[in-house]
Amino acid sequence: MAWLRRHLVIIVGLLVMLYILAPNFVVIAFSFNNPAGRFNYQWNQFSFDAWTNVCGVPGMCDSLGLSLQIGIIASLTAAVLGTMVAFALGRYRFRARAGTNLLIFLPMATPEVVMGSSLLTLFIAMGIPTGRTTILIAHIMFCLSFVIVTVKARVASLDPRLEQAASDLYANEVQTFLKVTFPLVAPGIAAGTLLAFSLSFDDFIITNFNASPSSVTFPMYVWGAAQRGTPVQINVIGTIMFLGALAIVVIGQVLNSRRSRQIV
Amino acid sequence: MADQSAGDLILRQVTKSYESFTAVDNIDLVIPRGSFFALLGPSGCGKTTTLRMVAGLEQPTAGTISIGDRDITSTKAYQRNVNTVFQNYALFPHLDILDNVAFGLRQRKVKDWKAKAMEALELVELTQVARKKPTQLSGGMQQRVALARAVVNRPDVLLLDEPLGALDLKLRRQMQIELKRIQQEVGLTFVHVTHDQEEAMTMADTIAVMNGGRLQQVGDPGTLYEKPESTFAANFLGQSNLLSATVKGVVDDIAQLNVHGTAMTVPASLLPEGSTEIWLGIRPEKVRILGGADDAGGDSEGLNTLSGKVTDVSFLGVATQYLVATTWGRELTVVQQNDGAPRAVLGSNVRLAWLPVNSFALDASQDADAGADIGEDA
Amino acid sequence: MAVSTLAGAPPAPQPPQPEEGKRPRRRGAYVPYLLLLPGMLWLVVFFLVPMLSLASQSLQTGDVDNGYALTFNFATYADALSTYWPQLLRSLIYAATATVATLALGFPLAWFIAHRSGRYKNFLLVLVIAPFFTSFLIRTLAWQTILGDTGLLAQFTAFTHTDFLLSGFKSLLRTFGLISNDQLLFSPFAVICGLTYNFLPFMVLPLYANLERLDQRLVEAAGDLYASPVQAFRRVIWPLSLPGVVAGTLLTFIPATGDYINSVLLGSTQTTMIGQVIDAQFLRVLDYPTAAALSFILLLLIVAFVVTYVRRAGTEELV
Repeated sequence: MAWLRRHLVIIVGLLVMLYILAPNFVVIAFSFNNPAGRFNYQWNQFSFDAWTNVCGVPGMCDSLGLSLQIGIIASLTAAVLGTMVAFALGRYRFRARAGTNLLIFLPMATPEVVMGSSLLTLFIAMGIPTGRTTILIAHIMFCLSFVIVTVKARVASLDPRLEQAASDLYANEVQTFLKVTFPLVAPGIAAGTLLAFSLSFDDFIITNFNASPSSVTFPMYVWGAAQRGTPVQINVIGTIMFLGALAIVVIGQVLNSRRSRQIV
Repeated sequence: MADQSAGDLILRQVTKSYESFTAVDNIDLVIPRGSFFALLGPSGCGKTTTLRMVAGLEQPTAGTISIGDRDITSTKAYQRNVNTVFQNYALFPHLDILDNVAFGLRQRKVKDWKAKAMEALELVELTQVARKKPTQLSGGMQQRVALARAVVNRPDVLLLDEPLGALDLKLRRQMQIELKRIQQEVGLTFVHVTHDQEEAMTMADTIAVMNGGRLQQVGDPGTLYEKPESTFAANFLGQSNLLSATVKGVVDDIAQLNVHGTAMTVPASLLPEGSTEIWLGIRPEKVRILGGADDAGGDSEGLNTLSGKVTDVSFLGVATQYLVATTWGRELTVVQQNDGAPRAVLGSNVRLAWLPVNSFALDASQDADAGADIGEDA
Repeated sequence: MAVSTLAGAPPAPQPPQPEEGKRPRRRGAYVPYLLLLPGMLWLVVFFLVPMLSLASQSLQTGDVDNGYALTFNFATYADALSTYWPQLLRSLIYAATATVATLALGFPLAWFIAHRSGRYKNFLLVLVIAPFFTSFLIRTLAWQTILGDTGLLAQFTAFTHTDFLLSGFKSLLRTFGLISNDQLLFSPFAVICGLTYNFLPFMVLPLYANLERLDQRLVEAAGDLYASPVQAFRRVIWPLSLPGVVAGTLLTFIPATGDYINSVLLGSTQTTMIGQVIDAQFLRVLDYPTAAALSFILLLLIVAFVVTYVRRAGTEELV
């Protein structure tokens, strides 16, 4: 009993961990299923079929391509615009600071369904047909705030004395930015961009409002499949994404710890 | 003289004011080339602001800063041949030690930057960590890297902003000696900002004491300690006993004083001009304990004497510190070497004595407690 | 020269600390505005303006074929509310339940990672965000596999002879009306379970960030001062972790209220949430004014919630 009491937090913690991870295990396991019917919900038979024929289902790989394309363009655009805003907020005094902060905060506090539908009313009112471009516009919009917040934290944590030291050591403003400021803020920008990419890649609700039948992203494809029948290939893609991202994070961690902890 | 002043750092009527207060108030200072100069004062006294103005990180509101006959007031930090060892060092965390040290050299496109940087690392005995990152080094090592990064550029003036503040006491002592050695070796002008009076006295040739944005006194450590010119300097550098006294008259260059009814003397040359009400100052270690109050021994000839009662005895190791209450209730601090002589007993009545030349006199219009209790920490 | 430097340096608003040297740079007053312009313009045009357009749309009358006119028809709001208040209320209840559940599950996990995980701390943190690496929809679908009648949970309990636990759990859920028959899937329970699952990391991460800074010695000090573990939690840990709790609750409750993926994939016609209605009105029924009015009502409800909640919780650290 005493043992249980002492380790209660650990036991509950691990159980919650299991709850968080269980669906991922299911996704991985069921990528090797050979389902009996159209839906891949019941285990039937072990098979590599889906893995050897990933693009075998019509439309899926096209939607994947579109999602990647939108994700990359949206995250890079948001990264550039967001980094500029983050520097303005972290480095300068200006009027309307409170208003700016509010405008950055609001998109993060607004339900997706409201953002998606309001954008749709704008596009309808202006007579703009929905499709790839409107999806991109929407994605950049909701990614921006997240990039700004991530990069701003990094800019704010930057010791101003480092830049002063650079200027003390004969670097002018541009050189200081290129040699000191940017390299030090870069991890924040990278984190913000990755976050933006994953948000864009995974978004369904906002996308669904601003897409057209000819611009089906991967989440929209999965949504459709959930009604018509889920091909195993969806799980293959899910597994590849999961393991790939995990590998990137682990490699990053290893590199980081080898480079020793950064205090600043 | 002319060639000597070629590289002097000269501040003329330098003022830095912000909206609500003046950080640096009309400072005039000449720091001779090749000297080890300390700017000493409590935090908020304007010493760091002064340093930052010399570095070019802050613009003075008025006044000029020049090195030799070159006015550098309006040049930018990166255009000045002045380098800084920052508080907490400000080493670039993304660059290794060698790249940190070589930063200034490469910025100025010095050809053999690598050899020069290694040479600087040799000076601070850190060649073995050239390829490590700053965060992998201890505080003391980082401090030396910061020094090497500044020294390697052979600046006209090297500024040190509380460079030892983050180190523990033992390491600080070690680095004080190390810094002095390096300064003598490279022969650059060092301007050292600190709030630690001991550090300033240990290292500097000349100390400028600052308070409230103003210069209080500039001089070599000995003069500053023995003959402070303000109660602030008297209390901030070491401890002082200040007794209020009235000047009765001057006979043969000796001023006759009345200290709460006791007659004392002080050389007239030490009197502040035109004052009759003064603070008579005496350092604790200059006071001797003669024995019981009744023991009016003949060896007190020519000394200033006072009787009092011992209210506290603290054993310090090399010395013993006493608190002695005078008849009018003022407590004097007295420090006696533990040279084997018997120690005074708590509660006993004693007589205190000192040589008049060992005392100093300050105008009584100043606050007797100015600068007390802000020396050590912060 | 002195004059020009005076003019070049605008006065610092707060009493500056000259020893610190930590002041934002100020040179070229137009620079911040240039940096802000593109990003902020984007947010104004594609976030703020659409909100106005949404408000306008909700007050218009007309139809898709013949166009709309702004007639300030507030009746749409009344109609929308009287027709869809059950879905609206259900969304709030589901989201609130899921938020409480994420807090109840997230707190022990965050504490475990922050203070009891030793050298596995980073690894566990990676695992908490790992689900994000796989598409949200695919993971939600996986719950069908887990909760189904012959799903993994049922098979697991049968295999380990713990089915009595499962049936006990089911009768508990039935008492609370979270399932109506013996089925776990396509029930309010499944929807709330999915919502909880989806937003759990959003609760754990801010809680972790907060708890990690909480000095363990405070708990020991509380114990030293005669507080039982429960009292120590209530009087020391909980008050100190409030900023994390507030951030986590907002990050969970707000998106959960508008979410409809879980209710579509894991629920039934009895679990329809407001997002589903808005989606259907916009994209299938094409009744734009009603859809816009519902969107706007949802937004107002959430704004009202955030304002009262943050004011009551008394924390200013929002962004």
